[in-house]
Amino acid sequence: MVSKSTQIPSFIAEIPPNSSLSSKEKEAVFRARRLCKVYHMGEVEVHALQDVDLDLYSAELVVLLGASGSGKSTLLNILGGLDPPTSGEVYYRDHNLTVNDDAALTRFRRDHVGFVFQFYNLIPSLTVLENVELVTEIAIDPMPAQQALEMVGLKQRLHHFPSQLSGGEQQRVAIARAIAKRPEVLLCDEPTGALDYQTGKLVLEVIEQVNHDLGTTTAVITHNAAIAEMADRVVKMRSGKIVEISHNRIKKHPADLIW
Amino acid sequence: MNKLDRKLLRDLVHMRGQLIAVGLVVLCGVATFISMGSTYYSLLISQKNYYEQYRFADIFVQLKRAPETITQQIEKIDGVVTVRTRIVTEVTLDISGMNEPATGRLVAIPDQRRPMLNDLFLRAGSYIEPNQANEIIISEAFSEANNLKVGDSFKAIINTRLQTLRIVGIALSPEYIYEVRGGGSFFPDNKHFGVLWMSQSVLARAFNMEGAFNDLVLTLAPGASEAEVITRIDKILSPYGGLGAYTRAEQTSNQFITDEIAQNKFSSTIIPLIFLGVVAFLLHIVLSRLVNLERNQIAILKAFGYKNSAIGLHYLKLALVPVWGGVAFGTILGMYLGWKLTSIYAIYYHFPLLQYEASPQLIAVAVLLTIITAAFSVANALQNVFATAPAEAMRPEAPPQFRSGLIERLGFHRFFSPAIRMILRNIERRPLKSLFAVLGVAVSVAILVVGRYFFDAFDHMLKMQYEKVQRQNVTLVFNEVRPARVRHDIERLTGVMQCEPFRAAPIRLRFAHRTKRTLLLGIEQGSRLRRLIDKDLNEQILPIEGVVLTKKLGELLGVAVGQQLTIELLEGKRPIKTVYVAGFVDELMGLSAYIDMKALMKMLDEEDTISGAYLRVDPLVANQLYKQLKEMPAVSGVSIREVEIGSIRQTIEKSLNLSTFMLIFFASVIAFGIVYNGSRIALSERGRELASLRVLGFRQSEVGFMLLGEQAFLTLVGIPLGCFIGFCICLWIPHRLNTELYRMPLVINPESYLFAFIVITIAAFVSGLFVRWRIKKLDLIAVLKTRE
Ligand SMILES: Nc1ncnc2c1ncn2[C@@H]1O[C@H](COP(=O)(O)OP(=O)(O)O)[C@@H](O)[C@H]1O
Ligand SMILES: [Mg+2]
Repeated sequence: MVSKSTQIPSFIAEIPPNSSLSSKEKEAVFRARRLCKVYHMGEVEVHALQDVDLDLYSAELVVLLGASGSGKSTLLNILGGLDPPTSGEVYYRDHNLTVNDDAALTRFRRDHVGFVFQFYNLIPSLTVLENVELVTEIAIDPMPAQQALEMVGLKQRLHHFPSQLSGGEQQRVAIARAIAKRPEVLLCDEPTGALDYQTGKLVLEVIEQVNHDLGTTTAVITHNAAIAEMADRVVKMRSGKIVEISHNRIKKHPADLIW
Repeated sequence: MNKLDRKLLRDLVHMRGQLIAVGLVVLCGVATFISMGSTYYSLLISQKNYYEQYRFADIFVQLKRAPETITQQIEKIDGVVTVRTRIVTEVTLDISGMNEPATGRLVAIPDQRRPMLNDLFLRAGSYIEPNQANEIIISEAFSEANNLKVGDSFKAIINTRLQTLRIVGIALSPEYIYEVRGGGSFFPDNKHFGVLWMSQSVLARAFNMEGAFNDLVLTLAPGASEAEVITRIDKILSPYGGLGAYTRAEQTSNQFITDEIAQNKFSSTIIPLIFLGVVAFLLHIVLSRLVNLERNQIAILKAFGYKNSAIGLHYLKLALVPVWGGVAFGTILGMYLGWKLTSIYAIYYHFPLLQYEASPQLIAVAVLLTIITAAFSVANALQNVFATAPAEAMRPEAPPQFRSGLIERLGFHRFFSPAIRMILRNIERRPLKSLFAVLGVAVSVAILVVGRYFFDAFDHMLKMQYEKVQRQNVTLVFNEVRPARVRHDIERLTGVMQCEPFRAAPIRLRFAHRTKRTLLLGIEQGSRLRRLIDKDLNEQILPIEGVVLTKKLGELLGVAVGQQLTIELLEGKRPIKTVYVAGFVDELMGLSAYIDMKALMKMLDEEDTISGAYLRVDPLVANQLYKQLKEMPAVSGVSIREVEIGSIRQTIEKSLNLSTFMLIFFASVIAFGIVYNGSRIALSERGRELASLRVLGFRQSEVGFMLLGEQAFLTLVGIPLGCFIGFCICLWIPHRLNTELYRMPLVINPESYLFAFIVITIAAFVSGLFVRWRIKKLDLIAVLKTRE
């Protein structure tokens, strides 16, 4: 399925996958400049993003915090190559993601990005293992699917179908699926939004562990301020704008979060 | 406009693709129903009116020669109403511009026009003038095939004299709606065979039949016993060479048209039923899945206090839009096709007016049936949702359950990629739905296979008759029995390479209480031109003793090989003999009986006589031979294989073209409707799954494969199944189309399966393209935002 002979835009082909897993040097993985996103709803224009500048650095864990409708998902989707901005530029390393080329963006997501959503979006007709294998099969340098599932603590449930798992377990499969290809970035949009307190914490622990062990640049969206305490940096958003960026001097372990 | 109706409008726009697909299938169903039903009805009515208005006879009999005085005796028979006696004879015609000779059947008509049985409908020109010896009226079929018009003339040998006949009229008769030579030759070849009507007195003079007749038709009073009348007539006419009276049921033209009508009646009920089934199925899957997707909305509506009936009506309206559209356009198309079909019937069946009529009742039935189908589908789809309490229905449906299935248990899953596993599991999870989709495709394949089968069978019959059984290029029939030495004269004619004489005698076969009239054909041992052929196209040897019967004739008599039957020769001294059945041949047309020529001579107590000859002719000089034949008084009929086959094919292909087009169109629409709806619905049900795959980095083509692979798989399973179902139907058709006139052989060419395969694959592929286009437009973010 992975045909490298197909036309790959040069900016992607040149990127060595998993370049730097090393220390937290200040190397910008993403660079967003003057990002705007406008939705036209008939007469009304909704400015979901207004002049957003943001850098995401290698191996850091960033939490995007903001009320519902503040533009967090819009920003994340643009970074992840799911959606083009109305204006402005996004760079993934040295390369422009603003090109409107579906095949190139698909290629980018396939090779470099892991997504986790509020709704787990597993393939119901595939088992846990197969859901992960689905991704490892098309990845360039994946880890074994079993290993990914071991990381999220689901080694025992390999041959179950999604409908046979609880919500937290499904979300952990989704994380395993996202990290199995050893992506450079892990983008999580309200990963605990549909989960209860305990399970939510469990899932956050997994995300933290992945960020720590694999050095994956990670962005987590939440509207829950307590979760921000596990981040290296916290980006606060309001009405399509970044209103504050703060550094946590002490990163809390997810297990110690309380809300 | 109330809010539900506004929702209706939006749903209609949103689902237009699927609704159009449903509407198209309805259209095809209604179109077939109306076209076939109206064609059937039109034929039936045309036949009935024609027979009534032009006094089609009930009983027919041919004989050698009887004095007119005998008519009184026949008129006195109980139940006989009107009798018409006449002279009927065949002559060779020379039509300018045509190399080959043609055969004309001269039928005598009164010098002065008066109402008569089997009356004429004059299409053009006028009736004959008394005392004008060379005036004739010709049949419309003959005139059209040869482009002959009133005022034209052609030559004919009338009792040793070459005469020029002038056409004064062009007419039709209920006796020759289907105008064929008969006697084993049942395909219409109107170019080389035609009916000509000529003055009774002129014919009587020319053939020395003054005060006599050789053909008699009569009508019966209602309730009269046909069998009894026939027995009495046969008794009266047997001293005069009577060949046995028979009813309409054995009158060739009537037999064909009645068979055709019966077949029409059958197919005009069966085929629309198939379509209605498909319509019901499509409506059901579209609606039930729509309702399922909207179960939350329905629950909310119910919670607000909308009644079940209001919600039901809403979905019924939704279903009725494509149904009404389909019915409206289907009725128009059906009437057009019915009119087309009817006018194609006019190529074979010559009516004064093939009146086309699509009765309002028929249309009403079509409308009613489709609406009931729609209502049924709606009720069925809503049943589940109504059964659940609003609160429960408002909860999202549980995620689709997948379990380890057959593939896992057999351990096969290891060999498949995740994409293929997804496809297989989706099929396995809904076996019934998958089965219906497979059946839908299979039905459309079967329709095509069966449609092609008629071509193949027809082709085979033609080949069998004209290449295997009759291998002569030219058949000569003498106007009366000739001594065998005539053979040498024939052999000396230009271009004759081989000549095999035959002796044919009209007979009546009797076994137990059953009798059958037919022709006994005496041929020489080792005959190469006329052969006995079994169903595997192998040649059988002509036994020295005993008769060989067409299998169908054997079945009709209920006789087996080795049994004795009574044979009554209706010629000369009319001897009655017993012979045993030496074997059967599987001829596909007519009811022939064969015997060794010498054995026939012995039965007839005659010295070497022949009634005609089969010739193999050098094609390079054939035209010279034809010229000679046109001038030979002894020859009353000539048939030439090549031209006959050519003209038959031409006629038949005209009608098959339309029906093939209809079949391809309808089958493609069914296949398209099923595949398109299947994948469209799968797309809306699995939209979020497919969007997730796109987010994970799968390409459009890969996602397309995961979605369409299921339909492709089901289509690929449906095609061979359809071939099999088609084959089974074809297996059964020969049992239905098994008449005295012809037997449909079970022959399906491999090309026909290939044809069905290609048509259906294209239809499926095109619907796949439509869905591919939708995948391209899949809004990833919108899908991911929502909970399923
Ligand atoms: N497809 C869309 N059409 C119109 N408006 C949209 C669309 N998607 C998002 N929006 C609007 O953009 C704004 C930001 O949305 P989003 O990024 O989803 O917010 P968040 O994730 O922070 O809750 C909201 O006001 C939302 O209504
Ligand atoms: Mg959001």
